[in-house]
Amino acid sequence: MSAVGWQVERATRTSRIAGLAAAVLVIALAAAPWWAGRSDLRLLGELFTYLALASLWNLLAGFTGLVSVGQQAFVGFGGYMLFALAMFAGVPPLLTVPLAGLLGALVAIPVGALVFRLTGAYFAIGTWVVAEVFRLVFAQVSSLGGGSGASLPVAIVRAVASGRTVREWTVYWIALGLALAVLALVYWLLSTRRGLALTAIRDSEEASESLGIDIWRTKFTVYVATAGATAMIGALIFLQKLRISPDAAFSVNDWTAYVIFITVIGGIGTIEGPVIGTIVYFVVRETMADLGSVYLMILGLVAILVMLKAPRGLWGFVAERYGIELFPVRRRLRITCDR
Amino acid sequence: MEWANTFVQGVLIGGLYALFAAGLSLIFGVMRLVNIAHGDLIVLAAFVALVTVQGTGVSPLASMLLVVPLLAALGYGLQRGLFNFTLGKDILPPLLVSFGLSIIIQNGLLEMFTADSRKLNAGAIEVSSFNIGGSIDIGVMPLLMFVSAVAVIGALQYVFYRTALGRAFRTTSDDAEVARMMGLDNRHVFAVAMALSLAVVAVAGVFLAIRTSFDPSSGPARLIFGFEAVVIGGLGNLWGTLAGGVILGVSQAIGARIDPGWQLLAGHVVFLIVLAVRPKGLFPRIEH
Repeated sequence: MSAVGWQVERATRTSRIAGLAAAVLVIALAAAPWWAGRSDLRLLGELFTYLALASLWNLLAGFTGLVSVGQQAFVGFGGYMLFALAMFAGVPPLLTVPLAGLLGALVAIPVGALVFRLTGAYFAIGTWVVAEVFRLVFAQVSSLGGGSGASLPVAIVRAVASGRTVREWTVYWIALGLALAVLALVYWLLSTRRGLALTAIRDSEEASESLGIDIWRTKFTVYVATAGATAMIGALIFLQKLRISPDAAFSVNDWTAYVIFITVIGGIGTIEGPVIGTIVYFVVRETMADLGSVYLMILGLVAILVMLKAPRGLWGFVAERYGIELFPVRRRLRITCDR
Repeated sequence: MEWANTFVQGVLIGGLYALFAAGLSLIFGVMRLVNIAHGDLIVLAAFVALVTVQGTGVSPLASMLLVVPLLAALGYGLQRGLFNFTLGKDILPPLLVSFGLSIIIQNGLLEMFTADSRKLNAGAIEVSSFNIGGSIDIGVMPLLMFVSAVAVIGALQYVFYRTALGRAFRTTSDDAEVARMMGLDNRHVFAVAMALSLAVVAVAGVFLAIRTSFDPSSGPARLIFGFEAVVIGGLGNLWGTLAGGVILGVSQAIGARIDPGWQLLAGHVVFLIVLAVRPKGLFPRIEH
């Protein structure tokens, strides 16, 4: 008598091995203050913020179909909230990071309601207009330095932690923690029913609507959550920099162009893509840092080529060729035969 | 009376914004493509005009005779060599490819011309003006720009609705598959539309260069102005785009009068209000 059963599973052998390797890597990164130099630590901290920004943008564009070129609105907003809350409300600087996230999500509600009236590419430029509005508005606030910007007062910098070394370590750990939290959030979101709904929407709006998915609400929730998380990263970025100005805070190159190129080159619509993209981006940047604007041109060219020739990016290429999935969100059906 | 003057100057600058917008509107109408590099192409045209004027000594307005065909050819090539491969159901490829192109143009111009601000000097015509009563003076150059905008939009409207080419545009826009069955070569039709779009970009670029100073990073703001004019006026309506440009120009002029820091902000705010109240724009296209 044999019973044929079945079982739905997501994890694969590779993903289990990769999970183990990732755990070891995270422990090593958490211990970085003891083995890495000061400048390496700063570079890693920057890498983590880009990893988080790219993963969030990928969640929007790659999984939800919301292509925004205005996420710098929330990066800058978060950064300015760090300054405003710490300088005017006396909030401890580290606490401003989650608060900036909360405020970012709140402000994303009316912003989202407005830009969601535009679809597709027009949505993209609409988000850009919003970012411009944010930049112009913050440039008008003279108590935050107006158009020329402000530095975080020394007393507040000191309040982060006692001594420069401890402060840099603290900021580093927050960066690592936030990057991991964003990756976990994206992975968790895509493993749930909501994640299935998202990919269904991306693949066909009509079909998913007929299955009873509330498209507008699902997309809107992701937009607001992403905005909140992006604002937290923004607060963290300017906690690293300690200086803010409207042009730096709302820079389309720094917070959107690079982020898009990282995601596209790494592999849009895959969880692994932004990770691979960020690593490639930093390795290449560190080896050809002197090129400046030529580097941006090369990135743009590579992104165009990837988009035309291998739309799933580096990771998509590897995954297709070898069938690897490090963050398994696909469900596989396994037929079991018991005797 | 000063407010009337502000209004008139706003209307005139609105013509330039309509020129920024017309090319954008045209290609969206034909192939649903939003070209994020549009603003950077306007600035590229301005630099081509600059090189032409410096190289040959012709007047900036005369440089159009060279800049317009040059940009049109570039448009045809860009569409056949690049954008045609991005068109399809997925909106990501055209968006990201044009975004990449935008970054390439900006940084390419930066490498070649540095970040210095440039301006084209059109000579006496730039400062000449005439009085139309009270304190309202109309500059010859702004008026020329406005009249050109009306002429360009009128011409596009004519091409779109009265010529065989326009019929091809409308057919491919309605249903690209059927258009192909009817013997139209979509790739060619799209490329001609892009060539026409960049011809308008060239006119806009030369006027931009005469009107204000520009540098390699001026593109995105022009894209945004054009985009706002298109949305305010209503998607797919060319005369609406002209109205949208005028509304944007007047809003900015009024904002600037209240406080110089509010010039751009006022334009954006009016755009957002229109989006909130009339998401289809003020003059949505009537479906034929």
